[in-house]
Amino acid sequence: MKYVDEYRNPQSAQILLHEIEQITDRLMQHRTKPIKLMEVCGGHTHSIFKYGLENLLPSGIELVHGPGCPVCIMPKGRLDEAIALAQNPNVIFTTFGDAMRVPGSKLSLLQAKAEGADIRMVYSPLDAIPIARANPDREVVFFAIGFETTAPSTALTVLQAESEGLKNFSLFCNHVLVVPALEALLSNPDLELEGFVGPGHVSMVIGSDPYQVISERYRKPVVVAGFEPIDILQSIWMLLQQLESGRCEVENQYRRLVMPSGNVTALDAMRRVFEVREVFEWRGLGDITQSGLRMRSTYADYDAEVKFAIAKQTVADHKACQCGEILKGVLKPWQCKVFGTACTPENPIGACMVSSEGACAAYYKYGRLSLTMPQFKQSKQSKQSDSPTAAQAKEKAMVSRSGNALE
Amino acid sequence: MTHTVPSNPAQHPLFRKIEQSRRKRREVRDTTITLAHGSGGRAMRDLIDDVFVNRFANSSLMPLEDQARFDLTQLAAQGDRLAFTTDSYVVDPIVFPGSDIGALAVNGTVNDLAVGGATPLYITCSMILEEGLPIATLRQVVESMALAAEAAGVQIVTGDTKVVQRGSADKLFINTAGIGVIRSGVNPSAQQIQPGDVILTNGTIGDHGTAILMARGELALDTPIESDCQPLNGLVDAILNVCPQVRSMRDATRGGLATVLSEFAQASSVGIRLQESEIPVREEVVGMCELLGLDPLYLANEGKLVVVVPPADAEVVLAAMQSHPAGVDSRIIGEAIDSPAGVVLLKTAFGAERVVDMLVGDQLPRIC
Repeated sequence: MKYVDEYRNPQSAQILLHEIEQITDRLMQHRTKPIKLMEVCGGHTHSIFKYGLENLLPSGIELVHGPGCPVCIMPKGRLDEAIALAQNPNVIFTTFGDAMRVPGSKLSLLQAKAEGADIRMVYSPLDAIPIARANPDREVVFFAIGFETTAPSTALTVLQAESEGLKNFSLFCNHVLVVPALEALLSNPDLELEGFVGPGHVSMVIGSDPYQVISERYRKPVVVAGFEPIDILQSIWMLLQQLESGRCEVENQYRRLVMPSGNVTALDAMRRVFEVREVFEWRGLGDITQSGLRMRSTYADYDAEVKFAIAKQTVADHKACQCGEILKGVLKPWQCKVFGTACTPENPIGACMVSSEGACAAYYKYGRLSLTMPQFKQSKQSKQSDSPTAAQAKEKAMVSRSGNALE
Repeated sequence: MTHTVPSNPAQHPLFRKIEQSRRKRREVRDTTITLAHGSGGRAMRDLIDDVFVNRFANSSLMPLEDQARFDLTQLAAQGDRLAFTTDSYVVDPIVFPGSDIGALAVNGTVNDLAVGGATPLYITCSMILEEGLPIATLRQVVESMALAAEAAGVQIVTGDTKVVQRGSADKLFINTAGIGVIRSGVNPSAQQIQPGDVILTNGTIGDHGTAILMARGELALDTPIESDCQPLNGLVDAILNVCPQVRSMRDATRGGLATVLSEFAQASSVGIRLQESEIPVREEVVGMCELLGLDPLYLANEGKLVVVVPPADAEVVLAAMQSHPAGVDSRIIGEAIDSPAGVVLLKTAFGAERVVDMLVGDQLPRIC
């Protein structure tokens, strides 16, 4: 775990938490409501709960778990199409593991598999290529989901299939784009967000520059963050510093992997294979313009939507499900009427309860404690017992100077 | 020339020669399992004799009756209750780094008996074989079962063989059942854990689950992790020798450490608080979990147990475990608490606490 342990160091966390408390105390002197920060990425939500970070932050900070889980935002209609494709006896349907349990209208892919559909879990889209090679008489479809994080690898898979002259491979493309989703959120008058912990993996591909629109047009600070606990704490601290000094900028905490202009090779592959859709439906958020990718007509031979003549269908979410409000950060998961009772990870009604990156599943699996005991926040306690030593103060100075002492 | 025909044909030398040959134990000449090996006829008899009976030979098995028979007096001398368990093994691949399905089937049943405080004595071996399975593979698995039984000090005393058509099973499935005797005064149970009790485990978790994931070859990763498959009855003996009043024991197989502890918390209506920093996990396992978005707390183990003991006994049990070869890396990993009842909490390295819930279905790798 070399190069990772540094980002999980409890002493570094204590220093950052102390600093975060100090700034929060100062900010809270002039306000009555907590500071709401949204972590956009489901990977961040997962880390926050896995390491229990939410319970360590001062009560003046409220984390809002955003729409950045690719599984959670997959609309029911598209899932139904995927399941119908998988049930075609001529199709071998390949998918990432965590898409398997998401409920469609009637079934999940896992249930369809149990009923006889040939569905195979892969760890990379490229794994679908040897399956296609080995089954020339059947069509191998890859269920391409995810943000810009996974889109380059599916684009490369199409290019690989093309270079091999494979005729029996296609993508069911459901890739989505992060910035249009953030803009859609920011256009919501209910939203009270004051800053964004920017998605690290997406930013490795697109860079940090595309978030300028958030800071310039919507006047919200963005800090692109890595996924380790220290990354997340440091990005929160950087956001608070911006709020305190009245700045509104895009900053990059994840400089060890994210370049301002992104990854040129990955972006090239995406541009060759995909183009932006006029509109894409997001589960819970509805239609968002320019927010999804489809395959270019030059790659129609590899486009399952063309090969199988898939038409857009909209299927309403369950009436009781409030995933949409949760994805927007308007409601906390436990405020949903069915959270933890009718809707559980065993029997999810909404998609947010399926993946461990979903806000509801994360609360249910890791964070029930903070629901049942609101007083559980430990910040005051840690403030008394863990004030920084001289050595820690030195390290803190280093953090302040470089912006990211761990790089 | 004329032949003398005996009045009784059974006296004819050729008849006797044929009969001698017919009764002779024969070796299996086929190289793969065919449906004939499950037919109940000669091919099946040869398979059983050659592959199973030869290797498992013991006085309970050799009469080849339809059942193994035990002397009650001998059993009663070892304790005052019988423990009886069964389990089926359907692992893919059947041979993996550090072990195979055969050793797994024996050790799994040995361990299920041992964690009940029983001394494992007798095991059954029931095989479901897929048509086309190489006989050499079957021999390798049986050899592994025999060696595992010897190492654990148990006898494989009866069994069954079925052959199914190609495609109806995945190479081979094994069911084992086991009988053990529980010594007097020992009664570990998930229902008797009390707040304050101390929780221990005997080493790194998640090794078996990682080894299987790697062995499936779907990940193109080269991680030198071997399964921890091993018998735990010796280690359990060492624990019971110093702490016969042990509250509870379980081997942390499918579902891993988290699932066992969840079951403990719910059965005894106590809370359980784990110290993340004290739970031993190999770096390679941590790395693999990072890559795939899995949690080592839920990965399967085949040689790890969880022991709950009264607080006053914790140190002496820890020392006893660490002095046994199967427990050199033993640690105290947590404690039982009175609230929240039925819930497992994990204290992270940062001092925060989070819930460790029971797993829903399989762990599925995350997208990003």
